[in-house]
Amino acid sequence: MDHTEKHGGLLTLAAVAPFLAVLPVLGLVVLALQGAGDHWSHIMGYVLPDALRQTAILLAGTAALTAVVGVGTAWLVTSFAFPWRRLLEWALLLPLAMPTYIVAYSYLDVLHPVGPVQSMLRFILGITEVRGLILPDIRSMTGCILVMGFVLYPYVYVTTRAALLMQSAEAIEAARGLGAGGLTLFRRVTLPIAAPALGVGLGLAMLEVVADIGASEFLGIRTMTVAVYVTWTTRGSVEGAAQIALAMLVITFGLLALERGMARRRDRGGGAGERQPLRVPLRGWAAWVACAACMIPVTLGFLIPVLHLVVNATIRVAEFGLPQALAGWIWNSALLAALATVGTILVGFLLAFCHRHVGGIWATAFLRVSSIGYALPGTVLALGLLGPMAWFDDLVATMLGWLGIHAGLLLSGSAGALVLAYMLRFLTIPVNTLEAGYGRIPYSVDDAARGLGAPDRALAWRLHVPLLTPAGAAAALLVLIDCMKELPATLLLRPLNVDTLATALYAEASRGTYEDGAVAALAIVLVGLVPVILLVRGLRPHQAKRRRDALQAAVVTG
Amino acid sequence: MRLIRRPLLLGAAMLAGFAALVPASPAVAAGEVNLYTTREQGLIQPLLDGFTKATGIKVNTVFMNAGLAERVAAEGARSPADVLMTVDVGSLVELDERNLTQRINSLAVQAAMPSWFRDTSANWVPLTLRARVIVVSKDRVADKAMTYEQLADPKWKGRVCIRSGNHPYNTALWGAMIAKKGAPTTEAYLAALRGNLARRAAGGDRDISRDIMAGLCDVGVTNSYYIGLMLAGRGGAEQKKWAEAVRVIMPTFSDGSGTHANLSGASVARHAPNVANATKLIEYLLSPEAQKMYAEGNFEHPVLATAALHPIVAGFGALKVDSTSLLAVARNRAGASQMVDRVGFDN
Repeated sequence: MDHTEKHGGLLTLAAVAPFLAVLPVLGLVVLALQGAGDHWSHIMGYVLPDALRQTAILLAGTAALTAVVGVGTAWLVTSFAFPWRRLLEWALLLPLAMPTYIVAYSYLDVLHPVGPVQSMLRFILGITEVRGLILPDIRSMTGCILVMGFVLYPYVYVTTRAALLMQSAEAIEAARGLGAGGLTLFRRVTLPIAAPALGVGLGLAMLEVVADIGASEFLGIRTMTVAVYVTWTTRGSVEGAAQIALAMLVITFGLLALERGMARRRDRGGGAGERQPLRVPLRGWAAWVACAACMIPVTLGFLIPVLHLVVNATIRVAEFGLPQALAGWIWNSALLAALATVGTILVGFLLAFCHRHVGGIWATAFLRVSSIGYALPGTVLALGLLGPMAWFDDLVATMLGWLGIHAGLLLSGSAGALVLAYMLRFLTIPVNTLEAGYGRIPYSVDDAARGLGAPDRALAWRLHVPLLTPAGAAAALLVLIDCMKELPATLLLRPLNVDTLATALYAEASRGTYEDGAVAALAIVLVGLVPVILLVRGLRPHQAKRRRDALQAAVVTG
Repeated sequence: MRLIRRPLLLGAAMLAGFAALVPASPAVAAGEVNLYTTREQGLIQPLLDGFTKATGIKVNTVFMNAGLAERVAAEGARSPADVLMTVDVGSLVELDERNLTQRINSLAVQAAMPSWFRDTSANWVPLTLRARVIVVSKDRVADKAMTYEQLADPKWKGRVCIRSGNHPYNTALWGAMIAKKGAPTTEAYLAALRGNLARRAAGGDRDISRDIMAGLCDVGVTNSYYIGLMLAGRGGAEQKKWAEAVRVIMPTFSDGSGTHANLSGASVARHAPNVANATKLIEYLLSPEAQKMYAEGNFEHPVLATAALHPIVAGFGALKVDSTSLLAVARNRAGASQMVDRVGFDN
């Protein structure tokens, strides 16, 4: 208790995050209370059974696919040496940069009976009639699971890989010394070490699935989120939509708590290693199998849709030149995403540090509550934010009015609304990633530093920050790219005359000519590539040495 | 100090970056007008540029999707929005009914209103008509005329393609049918139509033509301007081939009343800071010049009776607009959407 009281200031500062995070939920509650709830019998009778079933199948299928692909590839690139490993190590992150709905559009183009793949197949088989060859339609549950799985597996890959990079060589080598090899090592040592990170990555990917509207609606899958959207837009019942969204939020939060409970039991701990285990060189066919296993997700999740976009962008650019506004879109996207990322990581670190250092029920509650935004679809979060932001803006403008200053809408009328929405939506990423990262740092390290008289700030900046760099960098990358891709909240909350890459792409996609937006889509990918490359370079082994040096320096000089 | 200094530095950098994004112009500005719209950017920008060229008034825009009404409502009296431009009669009526609009005081606007427009409110105006038409395979279907009701005929079993039954384009069509024939008949119709679908009710209107070309289906429902855009090559060479595979039928309801047409339209926001400029923008959008741009740029049917159709659109045949009350259509859309769920139209 004394400990908590001593850090009252820190806790109070951290309390701002959960306060802001619940604002959109409060906004939704206010909306929901205005409705009578008379649509519930309809929803329960005709919408819920099927929407729940479809949501559950979609989640289960995508979870299985992202887990297998994400953990499998992370394990391969961290544990083995094989051809093109260094290239694949970062290429595996690439599907992150692709908006899911654009991948869905691309695949329908590529795989449609009149598209290139089936046309080629018919040509090879000598079939002249389009209807002479009937293959499964991508507009199906299986198609949706495949699209989502191969776009979202990097969430699992990036978190698991970060955890595996932090694992200690001693554990692996001891197991090897005891005769464990290959799959046994994977199952008995690597998987338990990676489990918390896998849980985090899987959780993020699943929430992306739940929040998605574009891809699933396009492919004909009616999830709960689609039901919210239809209730709001088609039936004109924003109150009803808010009620369903809140009910979904309760279920989602319950599932997350359940997952967390299981994760805690799974977590076998294990400290951060002083050095990384050596990668086992693979030879012969095994090397090429590993290489191919990493190539497949990159090809399906990135290369094929991007190739399709490149072809279309080339045709457009040859005809019309580059869009004149492109530089502006890139600037707006990069600036908004960078601001939101810096803010999100700082707040996330503050929360995680409080949880670690101060502890107690409040710090834990702050951590959990601050993550709530990710459980809301972007469009619903934005809807919930409208009310509280308007209230705040009105208050500010009224107070400025007393001073004789004529002011407009401070937040809603500026990019502040967007930065706030991005931060609330994605705060869970650094919160969970850093929490998992802290799990790898033994408390004995903190005790040693404190024993040597290191003040809190030295503990935070000189010890934890260097040790958490891999986890923090992974979180920053995810947040940055997520912000650049974010569409529904951006559309609803952006100020006058602000276009981003995502909205420019959507402007074309909404007309049915998303190929015209190919240039913007490729720009998202290219701008997203920069941090990917920086991240991977930053996570190379020499970094481990720097972290170790930081640890020693902090303990010695602390 | 270091714990404090670094966040401060970062905070200052964030504020600086933030300031770069705050709009330079206040809500009220002489020579400017602020537009909130759910219409597609690429379609509307040429019209806005034409307006600026003609009047010297700069148009500031937010292009959005869902939530236009909620945003304007939340912003309240300080909202910078002057003109609200949306598609679908339901959204236009909703803005009006939520008291987010004001009367448009303009003789020029009144004079431009077509005779069929009998809206009881003077708070919104239609700008274009969007006909919901039937397309059939040129190769495999001989029919030259069809009613919407005939889509549910057993002869089309496994041959019909349509987007989500809950899409506003479709709920407005079902809403018109409810107004004509009552709810039970419409629900039975939807169930029968569901039984005729060749694939999931999903995707967009352009996919209908592509799926007909591929032989996945023989008949489908689409807004006519998509066919115009594709035939004109606006969607690229591939899409031109899709549209060339289909024939457009201007359908009627079985009472022969005409083709269902939805609207795009505009209102002046209730708290518009620049009302005069807002009125000027709406007057411009109804001018012969702008109506011609609508017809030629987007292949929609202009509301101005004197404006010419694009030759491609004229080639679809004359549009006789179904006379069902638009307000009735708007009011029926929620009920229509529930029917879609009950018959499992999208499942």
